[in-house]
Amino acid sequence: MSEKSAEAVADRVRVMRSQLGRARGLGASKSGVEHWWVERVTAIALVPLTIWFIVSVLTLLHSDQPEVRQWAGRPVNTVLLLATVIMTFHHMQLGLQVVIDDYVKKSHLAVTLLNKGAALLLGLFSIVAILKMAF
Amino acid sequence: MVEFSLPKNSKIGRGRTFKAPAGAKRVKEFKVYRWNPDDGQNPVLDSYELDLDAMGPMVLDALIHIKNDVDQTLTFRRSCREGICGSCAMNIDGTNTLACLKPIEEVKKAVSIYPLPHMPVVKDLVPDLTQAYAQLRSVEPWLKTDSAPPPDGERRQSIEERAVLDGMWECILCFCCTTACPSYWWNGDRYLGPATLLAAYRWIADSRDEFTGERLDALEDPLKLYGCRTIMNCTQTCPKGLNPAEAIGKIKQLQLQRKG
Repeated sequence: MSEKSAEAVADRVRVMRSQLGRARGLGASKSGVEHWWVERVTAIALVPLTIWFIVSVLTLLHSDQPEVRQWAGRPVNTVLLLATVIMTFHHMQLGLQVVIDDYVKKSHLAVTLLNKGAALLLGLFSIVAILKMAF
Repeated sequence: MVEFSLPKNSKIGRGRTFKAPAGAKRVKEFKVYRWNPDDGQNPVLDSYELDLDAMGPMVLDALIHIKNDVDQTLTFRRSCREGICGSCAMNIDGTNTLACLKPIEEVKKAVSIYPLPHMPVVKDLVPDLTQAYAQLRSVEPWLKTDSAPPPDGERRQSIEERAVLDGMWECILCFCCTTACPSYWWNGDRYLGPATLLAAYRWIADSRDEFTGERLDALEDPLKLYGCRTIMNCTQTCPKGLNPAEAIGKIKQLQLQRKG
């Protein structure tokens, strides 16, 4: 047996826990359905909201700033703008979290915090911007 | 981070070439993954040029022909050779399938044959499936009840209740689907994989079973169940034509349904 495969054998026996013990792991965390469901609810909500937002922005082309502020200040538009922003950032961080769970092995916690923190701050920033236009 | 290239000791080199016998009329090339745990070498692709007239029509027939008549050192699992035991699951022409159900003529060029992807290799085409088997064991794929069976016979099911199990009982646990799933490649230590989740749903859906809630409890986990990203490789690759992705979707719907 070569040195290389001898190392591989030493590697293999470092874990002697039974396969069933490893498969059961820490057990089911009794969570997951909320993440899965909210990801889908926000996706569905974003279909009409995004279409409305794109159409609205196109109709606002060539408007000056006071006109845009007046448009954003109408209660229906303010509410829909806020809904679009909240749904978008919430959906974004839920989706990115799945990507992080799949790909990021090292510093998983740090990247997760970065994802959640960035989504929260960017969302709040957008909300404040909308409210400043509206009021 | 995820690894985008094979580790150094898994890089596949070129192996030996076995020429077709003289006088062979219909010659086809088979490129077969070879790895020997005892020689400390990297895996290689051996090339076998075979006479199609010397063997049966399936890829498994070619492998048996190689082992009998060309190269006895080739190692692979096979048993029933008719698609019911699941032993000869391997990656043929880029798709996980059963060698015994895969006609050679379906592959236009050289037939490439690898072990099931992303599992530890025992030797050549034999993957180590102990983790997948343990995961199957962890969902307790057997009937669990509190009420005693009728003293004079078996537990009965209506025709409708029995029909629910169609498309699930046919699974032969070859793990073609599980080893085709990128989610399982990335998080196989925690995500249970399509074969195991299909087996789990087979018992969740069984009218005779009385532990449906406990079974759903045991799956309610971001990775055990929701590790499924609906990539659908499982359903696409299943050599028995089953639909594990649909079963996983139904488990997710039940988790939602009981939330009220």
